[in-house]
Amino acid sequence: MRFLSEYREQKTAERLAAEIHKKVTRPWTIMEVCGGQTHSIVKNGLEDLLPREITLVHGPGCPVCVTPIELIDKAVAIAKHSDAIFCSFGDMLRVPGSAKSLFEAKAEGADVRIVYSPLDALKLAKQNPHKQVAFFAVGFETTAPANAMAAWQADHDGVENFSLLVSHALVPPAMEALLSSGNCVVKGFLAAGHVCTIMGFEEYFPIAAKYQVPIVVTGFEPLDILDGILMTVSQLEEGRHEVENQYTRAVRREGNRPAQKVIKEVFEIVPRQWRGLGEIPASGFQLRARFQKYDANLRFPFSGEPARESPECISGMILQGLKKPHECAAFGVRCSPENPLGAPMVSSEGACAAYYQYGRRQNHLVQPELSRPASR
Amino acid sequence: MCLAVPGRVVEITDTGDLAFRVAKVDFGGIRKEINLAFTPEAEVGKYVLVHVGFAISVIDEEEAQRVFRLLDEMGAVKEDLGEIPQ
Repeated sequence: MRFLSEYREQKTAERLAAEIHKKVTRPWTIMEVCGGQTHSIVKNGLEDLLPREITLVHGPGCPVCVTPIELIDKAVAIAKHSDAIFCSFGDMLRVPGSAKSLFEAKAEGADVRIVYSPLDALKLAKQNPHKQVAFFAVGFETTAPANAMAAWQADHDGVENFSLLVSHALVPPAMEALLSSGNCVVKGFLAAGHVCTIMGFEEYFPIAAKYQVPIVVTGFEPLDILDGILMTVSQLEEGRHEVENQYTRAVRREGNRPAQKVIKEVFEIVPRQWRGLGEIPASGFQLRARFQKYDANLRFPFSGEPARESPECISGMILQGLKKPHECAAFGVRCSPENPLGAPMVSSEGACAAYYQYGRRQNHLVQPELSRPASR
Repeated sequence: MCLAVPGRVVEITDTGDLAFRVAKVDFGGIRKEINLAFTPEAEVGKYVLVHVGFAISVIDEEEAQRVFRLLDEMGAVKEDLGEIPQ
C-alpha cells in the first residue's frame, strides 16, 4: 500500500541503521513514547539493527494501559445494565478489571459490542432508541477529536440515549511527569506522531528547553523510527536539545486546527489518574458542562467495590521505562494475552503484548502448560 | 489505539455541513466511509491518514519523500567525497 510499504523496505532500513552506527560514540537511552512505535520496533526487530550503545525504553503511550482499573470496573457495571449496549474499541475488552473484563461480562450475557469508530456507537444509539448506548471513549489526543465529534453530533442531532465513559489522557504532561520524577533515565524522546498530527508540536518546545532533551516527532513504520532515532542520536552527540519533526508527511507544526477546535468545544482539561504513574495535573479530558448530559458517569451512577490490581503486575514500572516486560517474573508464565494480569499484556500497543507476540523474551521461555487460562 | 492508516480518497459526498462531510476512502482495495470534518482540504485522488473513521491529515506527498531524499543526498555526498583525490 502506498505510504506504508515503502517505509518498510529493508535495504533503506539498513542504510539508516548504518548512519546511526556512524554517529554513535556513547551510550544513550531513548524512549519511544507511543505503544504503536513500541510494537513496530519489536515486531520488526529494529533493536537488532541498532548499535549496542542505544537502549530503547518503552513509554506510557498506550491509552488502554494507563486507564485506571476503576474505569474498567465501571465499564463492566454499565455493560451489565439490562437496557444498555456498551460499545468499545476492541483492545479494551480483554483488559482485566478487579473481578472481570468486558469480554467476560459479554460471555455472561452483557450486550458489549466492538466498534471501529465512535460514530458507529452513535449510529447504534439512533437505531436502538429504547436502549442506552454507552461508548468507552478511551484515547490520547489522536482519538480525542473523533470522540468529541461523536458528542457534538449527538447534540446536533438531538440523540438522547447516547453517552461517553471518558478516559482521555494527554501525552506532554506525562512526558513531563517522567522527566521530573528524579529517576528518569531517558536522554531523548521519539514523540508520538499521530498525537502531533492533531496537536502539532509547539507544546514540546518548553519541555525540550527545560529538561534539555531532544524531542523528535516520529512516525510508526520501521524507516520512520530508524530515521527518528538517527535524528535524536545526532542531537545527543552534538549536544543539542531541540524539537524536530521526522514525520513531516503527516504532522504540521500547528497540528490540525479543525480537530483542535472540536476538542476545545467539547472537552476541558482536568487532572487525571494514570495507571502506574498516579495522578498527573492537567493530563486528561472531561466533558464540558454543555456536554455533561452525555457523561456515562452521571447516567449510570456507580457504587462498586474498591478496585483491586494484581499485586504481581509491574505495569507501573514498565510504563515509566524503568523495567522491561521480560524482567517481570509473571511474564509468559502467569501472565499471557489469554490470561493477563495487567493491561500492557492485552493492548495492541502494550509493551508486554509486543514482547510476548514477537518473541522478545530472552531467557524467559513461555511454558505453554502454565500460560493457558486458569480454570475457574 | 493511535493507529492511523493512509488511504486514497475515491469519492466525496458534500452534505453542506462540514461536520458531516464524508468520503469513500480506498485502503488497498477495501473501501470505507470516512468523515472529513477535520480535513476540509481533502480532495478526490489525495491520500488521507485515517483514524477511527476520521481523516486526521492529508498526506503531504512531497514530504513523504523526505527520508529517501536525505539518504540520496548522503549517498551523493559520499560519492563526491570519493572523487576527491587523497
